[in-house]
Amino acid sequence: MSENLLEIRDLHVTYRTDDDEIYALNGVDLAVKKGETLGLVGETGAGKTTMALSIMRLLPDRVGFIRQGEIMLEGVNLARATDADMRLLRGNDVSMIFQDPMTSLNPIHTVGRQIAEVLILHNPSASRDEIELKVDEMMETVGIPADRKAEYPHQFSGGMKQRIIIAIALSCNPKLLLADEPTTALDVTIQAQVLNMMGELKEKFGASMILITHDLGVVAQICDSVAIMYAGEIIEAGTAEDIFEGKSHHPYTIGLFGAIPDMTKKTRRLNPIDGLMPDPSTLPPGCRFFERCPSKDGDCGAHRPGMAPVSGTHRIKCRMFAPQPGGMRE
Amino acid sequence: MSALVEARRLKKYFETPRGLLHAVDDVDLSIGAGETLGVVGESGCGKSTLGRLILRLLEPTGGEILFDGRDILKCKRSEMKAIWKQMQIIFQDPFSSLNPRMTVSEIIAEPMKVARFLPTQNDILERVFELMGIVGLAERFVNTYPHELDGGRRQRIGVARALALNPRFIVCDEPVSALDVSIQAQILNLMMDLQEEMGLTYMFITHDLSVVKHISNNIAVMYLGQCVELSWTDELFENPCHPYTQGLLDAIPSPNLSSRKQLNIMKGEVTSPINPKPGCRFAPRCPKASPGCQEPGIGLKEIRQGHFVSCYLYM
Repeated sequence: MSENLLEIRDLHVTYRTDDDEIYALNGVDLAVKKGETLGLVGETGAGKTTMALSIMRLLPDRVGFIRQGEIMLEGVNLARATDADMRLLRGNDVSMIFQDPMTSLNPIHTVGRQIAEVLILHNPSASRDEIELKVDEMMETVGIPADRKAEYPHQFSGGMKQRIIIAIALSCNPKLLLADEPTTALDVTIQAQVLNMMGELKEKFGASMILITHDLGVVAQICDSVAIMYAGEIIEAGTAEDIFEGKSHHPYTIGLFGAIPDMTKKTRRLNPIDGLMPDPSTLPPGCRFFERCPSKDGDCGAHRPGMAPVSGTHRIKCRMFAPQPGGMRE
Repeated sequence: MSALVEARRLKKYFETPRGLLHAVDDVDLSIGAGETLGVVGESGCGKSTLGRLILRLLEPTGGEILFDGRDILKCKRSEMKAIWKQMQIIFQDPFSSLNPRMTVSEIIAEPMKVARFLPTQNDILERVFELMGIVGLAERFVNTYPHELDGGRRQRIGVARALALNPRFIVCDEPVSALDVSIQAQILNLMMDLQEEMGLTYMFITHDLSVVKHISNNIAVMYLGQCVELSWTDELFENPCHPYTQGLLDAIPSPNLSSRKQLNIMKGEVTSPINPKPGCRFAPRCPKASPGCQEPGIGLKEIRQGHFVSCYLYM
């Protein structure tokens, strides 16, 4: 087994607003192996993006705080790293692809200059020619002719802009790539092209990747392991086989799958999960999914379930799978 | 079943500094009463323009639109007002399609006030509560503002507003694409229930093929302003004939591992709809393109009953 590149232990993140404290992450444990692609799945407000921003240490200043926990990247605790250390790490060791290719490029600089910016920052000794050569190489790597590097973002289509962002993210050979919904804003045919390219590049550069998405289809295509988030917690985690083919699942995972229209069979009605995610400023005391859960019993509202293993790699946070006091297990 | 809505050789061109943009080009379609036509395509293929043309919110450059057998392009504005009561639209983005300065009840009541649908303020308020019940919005939200509600509830307001005048036909322009899957499923179920109860006819515009399969009777696949394939739903998914439809189906990531494969990826990107060359517009990306594809006059051809394809391979 390959060792872990990233290990997150008991991470708590909150956002402070004028009158409330928003509990965005509540005790997250997560590990990413070398060369692995982890799919982080969840709905709006589950804490997926907060997770990525915590790893990058890009939580909004004076609003978002890491309250507790460790983010270990090859023995360095990012949660405690200084700003100066982080500036060296960002782009070099960890880099991020943001969701919206339309807004994450600077409209008044050429794309070539935007790729060069990262390279110059991390290779201060490199000559101008070396940088230009590397820019050309990165553009060709993501499938854009290098002679377009003097053009501005608005001259490119959405799919090409996302390729340029990927080129920027990969230009310093990061060990860990965080991709926050990288294809959500793209059309399906372009999404397929970009996903395919990301998979190939990840192999080529030997990087690990955390792919944040709400689309279980995308996860099934390219991820090795999967973690499902709900209300700031990971409620189910395992290999792709565990999640997509395993027999036992968290009731929320079952609900997520039930809500996707199945292309292979004809169903008259979808089976959505009733209700909404709890308000992150006042989380319920017991299981966070309690109110919406179809298989709850009386005690679920009072006791916080822990993460329990169902098989070797497959873990679920639900009382149905927790070892019972009398040694009974369902 | 007879068609409630029909379009014949419908065209919309926009003048741009660089030439004529063919947003919708010679589209024919018909939607039976109580049925759903799904319109699928990628961004920029003209599907939203088509929806607005059918409602005559945009004036077509050419063609005919028949609503209940009547050519609405020949109707005067006063006649249109009566027809518009029977056709409504639900927009994509429940965040920008609701006026942030109006309360839920004002938003739902607005079409009734504009159309002078009910005589008194009390009747209108009663109808607002009735509609909120129909779309599953609790009465306590009646005086809240849209920003206080989540996306799913906001889209329910959009549905209630569209239903206010008892329409027969609703254009749904990507009504669920801004929502999370579990909320998306709630809204889709609601729309299908409403269709059954009220006999509504939908034109359902989306880029999501799994959604369109779930809700539609017939599907039109659009590419650069043209309808390239039109068929009933099961046939389209079992036997897609146009290379674009095949590529589109291949590109959907499906949520199971057995479908994990080197996807058959379509190369290239959508070309410009400005001053398109004659012949098939998909040809530059088509894996099966041949010199014949440059010929003008490739149009929809019925290859099996109810299944139309516009491709040189089937001419």
